[in-house]
Amino acid sequence: MIDLRSKIMATGNFETTIGLEVHVEMQTNSKLMSPSPVHYGDKPNENTNVIDFGYPGVLPVANKGALEYGMRAALALNATISPFIRWDRKNYFYPDNPKAYQTTQSQTPLGKNGYLDVTLADGTTKRIRIKELHVEEDAGKNTHGTDGYSYVDLNRQGTPLIEIVSEPDIASPDEAYAYLEQLRQAILFTGISEAKMQEGQMRADVNISIRPYGSSEYGTKVEMKNINSFNYVRNALIFEEKRQAEVLRSGGIIQQETRRYNEPTKSTILMRVKEGADDYRYFPEPDLAPVVIDQNWIDKVADELPKSAGDRQTSYVSTLGIERYDAEVLTQTLAMSDFYDATVAAGADAKRAANYLIGDVNAFMNKHQVELQETQLTPEHLAGMIKLIESGTISTKQAKQVFEAIMAGEEPEAFAKKNGLVQISDPEVLLTWITEVLDNNPQSIEDFKGGKDRATGYLIGQLMKMSKGQANPGVMNKLLLAELAKR
Amino acid sequence: MTINFFDNDLTSLHNKLINKELTATELTQATLDNVAHTDEQLNAFISTNPEEALLQAKKIDDAHDFSDILTGLPVGLKDNLATNGIQTTGASRILEGFKPVYDATVVSKLNTAGAVSVGKTNMDEFAMGGSTETSYYKKTTNAWDATKVPGGSSGGSAAAVAGGLVPFALGSDTGGSIRQPAAFNGIVGLKPTYGRVSRWGLFAMASSLDQVGPFTRTVKDNALVLNTIAGFDEKDSTSADRDVPDFTAKLTGNVKGLKIAVPKEYFGEGIDPKVASTVKAAIAQLEALGATVDEVSLPHTKYGVAAYYIIMSSEASSNLQRYDGVRYGFRADDVQNLEDLYVKTRSEGFGDEVKRRIMLGTFSLSAGAYDAFFKKAAKIRTLLIEDFNRVFADYDVIVGPTAPTVAYGIGEEIDDPTAMYLADALTIPVNLAGLPGLSVNAGFVDGLPVGLQIIGKPFDEATVYQTGYAFEQASRLFEQLPKIAKKY
Repeated sequence: MIDLRSKIMATGNFETTIGLEVHVEMQTNSKLMSPSPVHYGDKPNENTNVIDFGYPGVLPVANKGALEYGMRAALALNATISPFIRWDRKNYFYPDNPKAYQTTQSQTPLGKNGYLDVTLADGTTKRIRIKELHVEEDAGKNTHGTDGYSYVDLNRQGTPLIEIVSEPDIASPDEAYAYLEQLRQAILFTGISEAKMQEGQMRADVNISIRPYGSSEYGTKVEMKNINSFNYVRNALIFEEKRQAEVLRSGGIIQQETRRYNEPTKSTILMRVKEGADDYRYFPEPDLAPVVIDQNWIDKVADELPKSAGDRQTSYVSTLGIERYDAEVLTQTLAMSDFYDATVAAGADAKRAANYLIGDVNAFMNKHQVELQETQLTPEHLAGMIKLIESGTISTKQAKQVFEAIMAGEEPEAFAKKNGLVQISDPEVLLTWITEVLDNNPQSIEDFKGGKDRATGYLIGQLMKMSKGQANPGVMNKLLLAELAKR
Repeated sequence: MTINFFDNDLTSLHNKLINKELTATELTQATLDNVAHTDEQLNAFISTNPEEALLQAKKIDDAHDFSDILTGLPVGLKDNLATNGIQTTGASRILEGFKPVYDATVVSKLNTAGAVSVGKTNMDEFAMGGSTETSYYKKTTNAWDATKVPGGSSGGSAAAVAGGLVPFALGSDTGGSIRQPAAFNGIVGLKPTYGRVSRWGLFAMASSLDQVGPFTRTVKDNALVLNTIAGFDEKDSTSADRDVPDFTAKLTGNVKGLKIAVPKEYFGEGIDPKVASTVKAAIAQLEALGATVDEVSLPHTKYGVAAYYIIMSSEASSNLQRYDGVRYGFRADDVQNLEDLYVKTRSEGFGDEVKRRIMLGTFSLSAGAYDAFFKKAAKIRTLLIEDFNRVFADYDVIVGPTAPTVAYGIGEEIDDPTAMYLADALTIPVNLAGLPGLSVNAGFVDGLPVGLQIIGKPFDEATVYQTGYAFEQASRLFEQLPKIAKKY
């Protein structure tokens, strides 16, 4: 049921239609059509060669790995993979586009008719259909210096992108936000991209139109390109929804135009009005052979596709007995979830492993501003430490020191031994100490017999001092009470 | 010393190098002298590279390893083949002074074999033309008659071989650019099957049609050069990943039982009757050697030129967009902004024929015209392929004229693009179908050579060569030399 009342309050008798075209850079080793490395943040034009520069006579060779990454995304988004792909050229002049065409898949997109089930804020689920997914080249980057020159950096030129085009199923800025967040998570769990927004690895082209409720025709679309923050997308859409409604209410008409989101004012600014469609003169790329994708290939990619976050959460809850909330935290990133799985596989107690990753490890990452894979922690070390705790070899207090050590790359058992961080649980050793302490403290025995439970506290303190803190408190406590009873 | 390439085929030169009758340095120097003395008339070369060539020749002499047939032999390269560190212009102003930082794969293969590149030959600008007159740099003349065009677009390479400047040369063929100048100059030129030879480093005109191939004086020489330049290249996705046979294997002179098809459309309207009768006499000679000859029909031939000029210009319009003055080559002065940079650079950097084809191609691909032009042309292409398939189900080779006329006068047709385009009618279908096509000298009309075109099944260059060789050995037309040959 559509909550008509609140809709009308927000937009004044209009309903909103939003379409998103999301570009995700795929982290292959090399570019889509050249052997240059794909790597962010290097010196300008370091990751380039004559192909990226569009020199005369150079030829593209399609990166099979990029196609397979694209297939992963298509599978994760429930799309049908096309059995026959032909590359197409999209022609336009711009300095960051050195060949003056972008290699894309306009006629035969890699995937078609997919969907993503999006959980909305009210807890309901909405299916957003995905019209198509296609693999294409990213452009380079132009920067405009203060010295009057413009600079072209072609490091990004040719980086493989997957473009995910939604059907106009998104009805509000909040839905767009939820779709983007959950699309990002779905992509993260395919392992094809870290989808870092700040590095431009995930960017959205947004279009929005409004129409009176009940109207069978869509309103005129306004486009905003290359927004690299989900909040900006939502803010831009909120502004546009209002702006368009005001224009229509005051008797105006919406022009087909491209606008830009301006964060400081949280508003959108007109860039250019479109007069007819752009003509990119698409045609089949004659330098590349078509690609045939058979079921065997699809099956092979499906086998390599990591399990989705949802599937992982379900198995954490039902098989490992983890709380739903913890399972969600563990599956915020593919790296964390994979790390968790490996830790459990290495023999760690599932709950303790979850607690450490969610608690101490996350805290460490936040404090040092590092990603999990950038730390020196390994699943084997974390599991090793947890096993030492479980077996009573070290105390949870001692574990704090061991934790610091494993975060610095040390092997937990060796570290504990080297530093005498081993708990003594052997009754024979403990009894020798207990006998000595009791013999030296007859008054405490008296106090205990006289009903002063506090007396045991003193005795334990003495025992810990004697064992240099290594006595296993649980075992020692039991033995002490038994000995006291005998006296 | 002087060396006469008319009396020495590649094998003969190779033997002289092995026997130390000749050194690679002497051969290279003699070739450079040939070019210096003769090229004033022919204008076959845009540039020569004597220093690099002599240095390479010396290394070859020092090593004295002539295990490869091409080691130490001089070669001319069409100026649209990238040569590392050596100017490569595509005969365009827009690439004046441009030095690639990479070799074309065919150039690497020749280098590895030890062939010595002495220079870059003239051509129509970006290979667009059939007379080498659209070159920004110079006008090459026909080796047989200095008032006639050498054909094109690989006119420089053809004239250089026919004039005896070099023993062999490479050209490129998009719609006849090797076969037609070979015909006009009375030599042997092959356009290999599409995918037989790597296009890496060939400045693209129309990617789905372009192929690199050899110019030589004899069929055997041609096969020897193809042996070296053919083969799969991982840098060219359209090159064929299949075995390369020895292309000289079937050069026996025997064509007994060979089934030859002669398309009636190749002797129709627009074909000079004297050219037609010369070619028919050549076919009769093949029949006399034991081949069977039947007339066949390739009914869609008449649509070939129209389809070709749409597909070729469409691909070219996209391929030539990279020449924008931003990264390399010519850049116009006094530009105000980016748009101005593009417009001025391309207006001043490209010649008329290039602009004509860019406009034609841009139009053919535009949203309103695509279906009626590009898409329809692609359908015609399929029909042409089916024409050939039908004939090749029953025949080994298809034979006819290479060009409808002999070489015409310089300046005669350059202002009539339509007439120029129609002159490609017999070579174009071979490119559209991706087939191998050879031109060998069929005889003379008014003292000018006539080309016999031999078309084969895909990747069956060996049978094409077999046919050409049998005719060549029977006719011995290669013994007739142009007047220019008497200069040395």
